[in-house]
Amino acid sequence: MSEPKAASLLAQSIPSTYADVPAKRGALYKQVLKRLKNNKRSLLGLWMVSLFIFIAILAPWISPYDPLEQNMDKLLQAPSLSHPFGTDEYGRDILSRIFYGSRISLMVGIVGVVISVVFGVAFGTIAGYFGGKIESVIMRVTDIFMAFPGFLLALAIVSVLGPGMVNLMIAIGIFSVPSFIWITRSAVLSVKNKEYIEASRSMGAKHRRIIFKHIIPNSIAPIIVLSALRVATAILSASGLSFLGMGAQPPSPEWGAMLSAGREFLRTAPHLSIVPGIAIMLVVLGFNLLGDGLRDALDPKMKV
Amino acid sequence: MFNYVLKRLLQMIPTLIGVSLLSFIILQLVPGDPAELIAGLDASPEEVQIIRERLGTDRPLYEQYIDYNWQLLQGDFGTSLRSDNPVLQEILERFPSTVNLTILATLVTVVIGLFSGIIAATKPGSVRDHTAMAFSLFGISMPVFWLGIILILVFAYYIPILPSGGSSELKHFVLPALVLGISSAAVLSRLTRSSILEVINQDYIRTAKAKGVRQWLIIYKHALKNAFVPIITVIGMEIGNLLGGAVLTETVFSMNGLGRYIIQSIQFRDYSAVQGSILFVALLFVIVNLLVDLCYAAVDPRIRYDRKEA
Repeated sequence: MSEPKAASLLAQSIPSTYADVPAKRGALYKQVLKRLKNNKRSLLGLWMVSLFIFIAILAPWISPYDPLEQNMDKLLQAPSLSHPFGTDEYGRDILSRIFYGSRISLMVGIVGVVISVVFGVAFGTIAGYFGGKIESVIMRVTDIFMAFPGFLLALAIVSVLGPGMVNLMIAIGIFSVPSFIWITRSAVLSVKNKEYIEASRSMGAKHRRIIFKHIIPNSIAPIIVLSALRVATAILSASGLSFLGMGAQPPSPEWGAMLSAGREFLRTAPHLSIVPGIAIMLVVLGFNLLGDGLRDALDPKMKV
Repeated sequence: MFNYVLKRLLQMIPTLIGVSLLSFIILQLVPGDPAELIAGLDASPEEVQIIRERLGTDRPLYEQYIDYNWQLLQGDFGTSLRSDNPVLQEILERFPSTVNLTILATLVTVVIGLFSGIIAATKPGSVRDHTAMAFSLFGISMPVFWLGIILILVFAYYIPILPSGGSSELKHFVLPALVLGISSAAVLSRLTRSSILEVINQDYIRTAKAKGVRQWLIIYKHALKNAFVPIITVIGMEIGNLLGGAVLTETVFSMNGLGRYIIQSIQFRDYSAVQGSILFVALLFVIVNLLVDLCYAAVDPRIRYDRKEA
């Protein structure tokens, strides 16, 4: 079974920018990491995202209070030493709720994007690789989904499925599938006629092998960038849906829902609305910075 | 040009059919039988059956779908379960307010977005470039509903110069338009910057500079014109986002527009109103996209076909 070796040898001998070089993962990985390190903004993004991931994992240990524990003696308190972000209308500690809320937001954002990546990459690859009728069917259906403004589509889906975390993730997932189909298809189209694919085919490789060994690894760069950016969008949209009462339900410490509940007390206790909003902004900012940095590191000319 | 317009119009037909199919499916996915919902808990099976026949839900799905399309073609978007009024009428009552909001927000988007994009692109790497791009990153990452609440806090409570909600007068639109406009301006600003940077090192710009043409004239006459295509794309996309984002903004500012109508319909489980208004927005979106494509052709004579390669 020397065909993959021969194919990759052949491919390596083609001089071009690394965007064209087939999967030689170690080298690309190192180069990307180096570029990421040299880019201050993306490093900041990486730090912010890691910080939130740590907070989400460590929430039970670093939260000073139980996020659901009510304390009727301490309603709507302003920020103080014992409650750095104050307390809400049930006397719950807002800092602890923010910590626990990061679990919900990250989970919805990441699971949602994983759903869109799985379906988007599958359909996009099929469309780009096989072309013909199946491509036009897939792309037409994608067009139809894109005819709905994304947020409204997600809203329609949760309104039909009913509010709740799982439905929220499904809605957020479907919401991003079309953009992954587009980006994957165009990435696949740009590699599928490369010489190394032809070489692999001429040596009798099956479609499945070509797709998984060559096509997908070589079209992965824009997909990675889009994923990071889409996690940002997904978190933003999910918090919007929860704000409207369509996502996580009270008493869950979801940031959008917290913000919505805090609106009633905007005059007397504005921190109830301000703090969750800042949390949403920071985590979204982190993923946006990371996505931008990844794009600069992988291929600055990439159109994502 | 005429042929191109005709071609684009014909291309719209399958999309429109798909859009109507999708919105038809949305209503089918609703759990439970709408007839039972209307009849109430203590209705007899016969009564439910009568309502079912009146609604037509006892017939096969494909017949219902054909009927649905036939009704749509006649401008019948269904009847609101909540008020018993035609959904289209209810939409059109609220639509002007959303249109005003969208227009004002687009204005804010274009002014702030183009301006900050140009400011950033004319001196790449400078402090003002970094500042403009930092603001735009914050703008992209900020939840619109949060920005809305902050503006209410500042301009309606602390410095009470603007109302915190409503949609009857122009002053009601100032804050919502700012909120929506700022978040879209962030996207436009980044794009304007990168498209100007793409052309600014081209030979013809250098020639213009060498001839001593003033900088703002170069930017206006050469750089911006070449950056028009991506800018129009974003404006078109953002109009769609504005229509969608209006759901959140109208809720925050208690405006009586299409967005809040959708939310209220969802809350009342008035699914035919939800279906009708989402279809309405999608139709608008398709039309806006068509106009965007036609604008391309008008701005850039080289473009005559699809713009989907990006």
